Amino acid sequence: MPPVLFYLLRRVLYTLPIAVGVSMVCFALIHLAPGDPLSAVIPEGASQEVIAQLKASYGFDKPLPVQYLNWVWRALHGDFGLSIMTRRPVLSEVGPAVLNTLILAAAAVVLGFGLGILFGLIAGYWSGSWIDRAVTSLAVTGVSVPHYWLGMVLVVIFAVNLGMLPATGMGTKGSRTFALDWDSLRFLILPACAMSVIPAGIIARSVRGTVIEVLKQDFVQTLHAKGLGPARVFVHVAKNAAPTVLAIMGLQLAQLLGGSILVETVFSWPGTGFLLNNAIFQRDLPILQGTILVLSMFFVAINLVVDLAQSAFDPRIKRT
Amino acid sequence: MRTIRSACCAAVMMLPLLATHALAEKVLRVAMTAGDVPLTTGQPSQGGEGLRFMGVTLYDGLVNWDLSSYEKAAVLKPGLAESWTVDEADKTLWTFKLRKGVKFHDGSEFTADAVVWNFEKLMRRDAPQFDQAQAIQGALYYGTIESWKKIDDYTVQIKTKKPDSVLPYNLANIYFSSPARWKELGGDWTKFASKPSGTGPWMLDILVPRERAELLKNPNYWDPKRIPKSDRLVLLPMPDANTRVAALLSGQIDWVEAPPPDAIPRLKAQGMQIVTNAYPHIWPYQVSFLDDSPFKDIRVRKAANLAIDREGMVKLLGGLATPAKGMVTKGHPWFGKPSFDLRYDPDAAKKLLAEAGYGPDKPVKVKVIISPSGSGQMQPLPMNEFVKENFRDVGIDMEFEVMDWEALRGRRRLGAWAPENKGMHGINNSWAFWDPDIGLIKTAASFWPVPTGFNWGKYNDPKADELATKAKTTFDPVEQNKVLAELHTYIVDQAMWIWMVHDLNPRALSPKVKGFVQAQSWVQDLTPVDIVE
Repeated sequence: MPPVLFYLLRRVLYTLPIAVGVSMVCFALIHLAPGDPLSAVIPEGASQEVIAQLKASYGFDKPLPVQYLNWVWRALHGDFGLSIMTRRPVLSEVGPAVLNTLILAAAAVVLGFGLGILFGLIAGYWSGSWIDRAVTSLAVTGVSVPHYWLGMVLVVIFAVNLGMLPATGMGTKGSRTFALDWDSLRFLILPACAMSVIPAGIIARSVRGTVIEVLKQDFVQTLHAKGLGPARVFVHVAKNAAPTVLAIMGLQLAQLLGGSILVETVFSWPGTGFLLNNAIFQRDLPILQGTILVLSMFFVAINLVVDLAQSAFDPRIKRT
Repeated sequence: MRTIRSACCAAVMMLPLLATHALAEKVLRVAMTAGDVPLTTGQPSQGGEGLRFMGVTLYDGLVNWDLSSYEKAAVLKPGLAESWTVDEADKTLWTFKLRKGVKFHDGSEFTADAVVWNFEKLMRRDAPQFDQAQAIQGALYYGTIESWKKIDDYTVQIKTKKPDSVLPYNLANIYFSSPARWKELGGDWTKFASKPSGTGPWMLDILVPRERAELLKNPNYWDPKRIPKSDRLVLLPMPDANTRVAALLSGQIDWVEAPPPDAIPRLKAQGMQIVTNAYPHIWPYQVSFLDDSPFKDIRVRKAANLAIDREGMVKLLGGLATPAKGMVTKGHPWFGKPSFDLRYDPDAAKKLLAEAGYGPDKPVKVKVIISPSGSGQMQPLPMNEFVKENFRDVGIDMEFEVMDWEALRGRRRLGAWAPENKGMHGINNSWAFWDPDIGLIKTAASFWPVPTGFNWGKYNDPKADELATKAKTTFDPVEQNKVLAELHTYIVDQAMWIWMVHDLNPRALSPKVKGFVQAQSWVQDLTPVDIVE
């Protein structure tokens, strides 16, 4: 078996205990939270019999380990259960939400990663100059600004005061009609800006640091001495900086795909963050568990992809 | 070729007409506080907001609320039933005469069979149309019903478990889904949720879970006076208060539920209408009457009630509340004539506490359960801090146990006597008094402890019990109101709870929204609302 395939297989197998661990932790955490999972749906004045009946119908009358095993068994078969509040299948709730978050994340990635790399490179190449100081200050601000607060400020400026962009939602008719046209994309601009600020700041700083370090290395001097043009040298610098930056970008990407409870709630963006926020308030355990598990798997999968991409960019990072 | 060209010309000529038509559609866009669209199948989720936007819009009850008055508390009126009577000999037997000629949105007729089918949907677990989700949402209202039967196509008989004069109030919250549509969709409630059929003044057009519901006016509604003035009603879940305000200010929506008090000046400055009215809501401390509770002593309860600067609290809330004079608002038919005036009188409070054996060296020590947020809880943290200061001024030392809203609700359902509530002397659970049971009878009667009733603190008073029983068995609405007023008078004089303020149920509307009458109710009628550009 080729080493890459063997490595891939091994990494996929490693994800299994991680998945089990994650599922156990999220299951336990949710059950440790105060309040009865059924309190949101137990009607006022319900008798103990009705409450017991409800508990039984959701399987909450069984011991926790049994509940956990039942849940895992069903999840393995693609059945994440029904939402307590709506009785809709969890997958039918999580699926569209993940898609909506992906759309937002994609926009934030383009914006955040693009600006982060650009600023990082500029600051790295002109390290110590006023440009570097300006870009670094901007990056620190980006990392420090709470993105939900920024979201609100953006709404006040661009939606309320200037009336240029919509304040909330995902299209005039909702996510069902979302398309790659101006009518839909204008709903994406403000939340994507709010979401992209932190990754842009983090990536700018890491790109800057890595570029400065790479530029100091002997091989760069050698390349210059051999008479290579700035563009060719840049390619080598970028290639050497890529593994470190990729690792950071992978983490940021996973964060973005996880959605943001705060930003999505501020913009009523119907993604996983909005779904989780609602599920937390309604104590909708099946939705919470299903969403958290799906998002955790995203993290695991992206880490795997990043690992593979790192070795592709830099063969010195051996994967055996 | 000529034909094609002519057709194209005709189509192009039609475009302005189509555009005019599209522009002419009057759309009312509402931002709800809920995080999801309430259930659309019949019995809505999301509490009062669900009843308001997905209950009385798509559906009707046998009994409806009269929501036409701003000045008077909302009262019951005939809905799908034209009249009802209770049997003189057996007070558990009710006969409902149904309205003839009422059609569901799918065109099928509303008859006694539909009533029977819907009761089975909620209460008969072995019925094919039984729906757990709706059964949960409706349980508060159908708990009193024992059985039902069709007498003829337009007459239904309902039997209650015990004589229960509150039944018509409960029936105002039980809605009727179309059996024909359910069958047409293969008996699938999930499909029914996207294509529901009721008898109400609005019909569902589009449902995108967690995002939006669009309702169209029902031009064939059985009550011509309540055919909606707007053509389309768009309901958007927007749990974040600032988002709702921003959406209104940017012109994305026309109607905001519960704008935050600090946004009101800005909204007014931008020309938005702020509508408020009293409604059946009270922000209280429900207190414990157990032996370890200082509130067992009426003098302490009265002192606590006299210690609170309610006007100050109203100011804190930007004027969006009104000082309480009891459980129900002054002017409500159940208010009565309490002699104990809930005024701000710290000196009188101190005097009462001294009589009860407390003083500067021996303050009253109480612990109250509160939540940082929650439906109807208003601004619980600053409000509770405000009360704490007021209490401290008279010699009541109050501690809080802060917990999540759902956890607090769970602790209320357990009762003050539960081990979990040991050491707790009160619970800050905002309360509704939309029917006599929730408002007065089941909160005051000793034989209605939680969870079947609402008596959390084990309040036990023979006179309150007697009046509660009398109210439950007085079937004439006018007479019943008199008994309820007597009961209310009595529990206020007994300072049964510590009552603070009533919420004023604020809404912010765009200047183009006309014709809305905010009723004194948890539900509202959107049919007279017009959009005037």
